[in-house]
Amino acid sequence: MSHRSPRLTKIAAACAALTLVAACGTSDDGDDGGGSTGAGGFTAPDLPMMEELGEGEGEVNILAWPGYAEDGSTDPNVDWVTPFEEETGCEVSVKYFGTSDEAVNLMKSGEYDVVSASGDASLRLIAAGDVEPVNTDLIPNYADVYDFLKERDWNSVDGQMYGVPHGYGANLLMYRTDVVDPAPTSWGAVFDEDSPYAGKITAYDSPIYIADAALYLMKTQPDLGIEHPYALDEEQLAAAVDLLKTQREMISEYWSDYLKEVQAFNTGDSVIGTTWQVIANVAQAEGAPVEAILPEEGATGWSDTWMVAADSENKNCAYLWMNHIVSPEANAAVAEWFGESPANPKACDLASKGHCETFHAGEEDYAEQIWYWTTPVEQCLDGREDVTCTDYGDWTQAWTEIKG
Amino acid sequence: MTELASGGTRHRLSAVLHRRPGLRLGLLISPPMLWLGAAYLGALGALFVTALWAQDSFTGETVREWNLDNFRLMWESEVYRRIALRTLGIAALVTLVDIVIAFPIALYMAKVASPRLQRFLVIAVLTPLWASYLVKAYAWRIMLSEDGLVADVGGFLGLDTPGYGLAATVITLSYLWLPYMILPIYAGLERLPGSMLEASTDLGARTTHTLRRVVLPTVFPAVVAGSIFTFSLSLGDYITVEIVGGANQMLGNVVYDNVGAANNLPFAAAVATIPVVIMLVYLAAARRTGALDDV
Repeated sequence: MSHRSPRLTKIAAACAALTLVAACGTSDDGDDGGGSTGAGGFTAPDLPMMEELGEGEGEVNILAWPGYAEDGSTDPNVDWVTPFEEETGCEVSVKYFGTSDEAVNLMKSGEYDVVSASGDASLRLIAAGDVEPVNTDLIPNYADVYDFLKERDWNSVDGQMYGVPHGYGANLLMYRTDVVDPAPTSWGAVFDEDSPYAGKITAYDSPIYIADAALYLMKTQPDLGIEHPYALDEEQLAAAVDLLKTQREMISEYWSDYLKEVQAFNTGDSVIGTTWQVIANVAQAEGAPVEAILPEEGATGWSDTWMVAADSENKNCAYLWMNHIVSPEANAAVAEWFGESPANPKACDLASKGHCETFHAGEEDYAEQIWYWTTPVEQCLDGREDVTCTDYGDWTQAWTEIKG
Repeated sequence: MTELASGGTRHRLSAVLHRRPGLRLGLLISPPMLWLGAAYLGALGALFVTALWAQDSFTGETVREWNLDNFRLMWESEVYRRIALRTLGIAALVTLVDIVIAFPIALYMAKVASPRLQRFLVIAVLTPLWASYLVKAYAWRIMLSEDGLVADVGGFLGLDTPGYGLAATVITLSYLWLPYMILPIYAGLERLPGSMLEASTDLGARTTHTLRRVVLPTVFPAVVAGSIFTFSLSLGDYITVEIVGGANQMLGNVVYDNVGAANNLPFAAAVATIPVVIMLVYLAAARRTGALDDV
């Protein structure tokens, strides 16, 4: 054994040396120009915005929600990318993501030029310096966008726009019409204990889903005092977590990949749960008997914004894409395909009859009823000063606990 | 002139290498050592160092403040203990299931099958490894679904599909890693001389007795070698449980969620140390059984 000790010591020393090298060599994730963080409000890093539009660079890398950048490969009739490529010469490559967390993380890789960010991703991207302010003067179609979508909390800082509104929609309740009877009208169908569909309920696999539980509690347990589903103090978060833990017993699976949900509803492994309209559309197209409704308590939803990456090398093509996606033709096409309200009222003239009415396009009071995905922060979003609200880190940990 | 010169350089080079066996050795093993040291051990080192840092939860940036918060959170939170134990249980169960299925197959292949059938069976065992992991996992997802193959076949026996959950995860993982268990056991059984089995019968032992007292002890190191594959692969797996595991999560999923979705690299690194520590303990134990000598 004695002749092994010097060798072991040498190995240990080598490992320690390697660890030291690794510690010094590991680079910090990005370097933002002094944005402060913590207690709710944040300072957006001072990044310049484009002053004038130049020639297209020939390519653009898009990070998008599934269904936002269709090029005819899902359905040959659904294509607004090819016309864009022909018109501008910007070759498009698309990467889909399933949750806002994935989007925030993927943007850090620096490989994407433009991203469709929901409200729970946009502020985090701005704070991290991953996206830069957008010069809306360079986007002709921006002028047409609904006014109530401009300069909102989730897409602007101090009046400076950080993106172009894409459209908005709600998370719906989807169910198999042949299995679920009577037709549900409330989120209670997925939250109440002793549901007859226990074991076949599905829910969205992201910490932001806690807001759905909070919304349900807001309407059914008013003495908890929840005013805003994204502004939860410790006690309110604990109540939401309890509700979700009860639901967990009845869950078949959580979904973040929309095709997984389509397949689960097709085979009947899930019969009721949260969905997007596009998922119901795809499932119906494949022959599954499903319906998607907006329950009586209202719903969480998203109001998406196209944002430009700060380190992008294809900013001209990025601006051209943003102009294209809010043009009447493209905006109508994507709003119909995904099942949401367009951002451009002119799209309603081009969309199929009744689409804009179904999705309440332009109805400001309806739009205000949807609780758009927003990043929960310590400074309560409902204005309360006497308590600290839980932030997204707390929600992420709670989500792991809920899934168990 | 140039030929002589190049000949001269080569000659000098070979002379130097001849005189310096240490230099020869160094040149030979430096590429694999570089791979092992820098790429593998260095990566592990970076992982452990990251586990000691923290994350700004709003922007997702990694903050280089030395602290043990991640480990403390893991230790104090009941959910991570539960997930770790669940992962350990699945890995152990998958290993057991694979041993039970692989042993008869390997025994048949090594001792009973004719040489031609033996070759064919080896190819048959290896062929699933050529198919993509995802294809196999999704195939099981479809088979285990409500109107899938398992439900149809089970309907005849009055059973139903287990659906998506831990049972489905164990089934799928056992299927995926089965070739990695069959081949080491087959190799171990091949090394067992047929004369030993004959001698055992001559001494009056029945089949079960021979299996228990002669075959199993000889083949035990091979079984442990195969179990290293199935155990370690199941311990770190996160894809299968996402596809067929329903709402369950394993350690790999916690790491994946924290690296990918939450971008909390320090916490993901802390969670990732758990399987590494488990495997170090397992390998140390396996080494003592002599399993690593014959691999």
